[in-house]
Amino acid sequence: MKPARVLIVDDSSVMRKIVGRSLRQAGLEMQEVLEASNGSEALTVVREKPLDLILSDINMPQMDGLEFVRQLRGIESAHDVPVVMITTEAGEAHVVQALSSGASGYIRKPFTPDQIKERVIPLLRG
Amino acid sequence: MDQISNASRERVQIHLGVRAAGLGAAAAPTSGARSSTRLGWREVLANAASEVFEIMVGSSLEPAAEGDSHVLADFTAMVGIAGTVCGVFGFRASAESAKRMAALMLGVDEVGATENVPDAFGEICNMIAGSFKSKIARLADGCALSVPTVISGRDYALYSLANGERFEVTLSFEGHPISVTLDLHM
Repeated sequence: MKPARVLIVDDSSVMRKIVGRSLRQAGLEMQEVLEASNGSEALTVVREKPLDLILSDINMPQMDGLEFVRQLRGIESAHDVPVVMITTEAGEAHVVQALSSGASGYIRKPFTPDQIKERVIPLLRG
Repeated sequence: MDQISNASRERVQIHLGVRAAGLGAAAAPTSGARSSTRLGWREVLANAASEVFEIMVGSSLEPAAEGDSHVLADFTAMVGIAGTVCGVFGFRASAESAKRMAALMLGVDEVGATENVPDAFGEICNMIAGSFKSKIARLADGCALSVPTVISGRDYALYSLANGERFEVTLSFEGHPISVTLDLHM
């Protein structure tokens, strides 16, 4: 598996750092880790650079994670990039809504590095 | 009574069994009559906080020692909940505790964590609120959470329109009391 270029989207800089650290702890070799603090910023990054993986919060100001994924799927260069939602909103309806918006997976906060490993790494291989 | 998931029920039993003496005293309700539909919510709140601290902070919360329930609230975080119930989650701790939490979350020393304290503190409150919500069936899909707000400093007065039931637990983080609350709007 080639080193991945990853985008982490969260309005909390602390959570972005923790997610990045968890990816490294999960053994993911990363070429570059990019960050955005909301969906709008993330779309700008997506249009500028090819990505292998996106991890995104849902509750964010300006543009939330669901709208971000919906718009992402309309961008030709990024329509098949795996997107894993990492969020405190973990009800069944929220999961269904995220997946129907175009997310590839879902992780509830708080999360362990093992959960990242189990749910994120397979998406890169697949 | 609300349905609490099996996993949550198991954690509640752990709290009530192993930590019963301390939690029972420390987590006593502070005001209002307890609605029969919300039995066990205080324990779920304690479990939600413990879960977040164990997983994200790497620290176990203990019941606050009897008589040691006064929290120096240098930092106060709030997350709103709206839907089948409406109210506000609150999380309070001293500046020293808040800085220590941020350092542990980020895996850095406390000096390196200073600028991240409000952000980390708000995220902890956010995750406690989310964890609590996920453990109570009718809240999981029936409510949405706000983004967190963090207040630093003790010289403030908070006027809530909640005016309803209050659930409060005081727990010990590395020997220092911290407070987690849920104020419901009636």
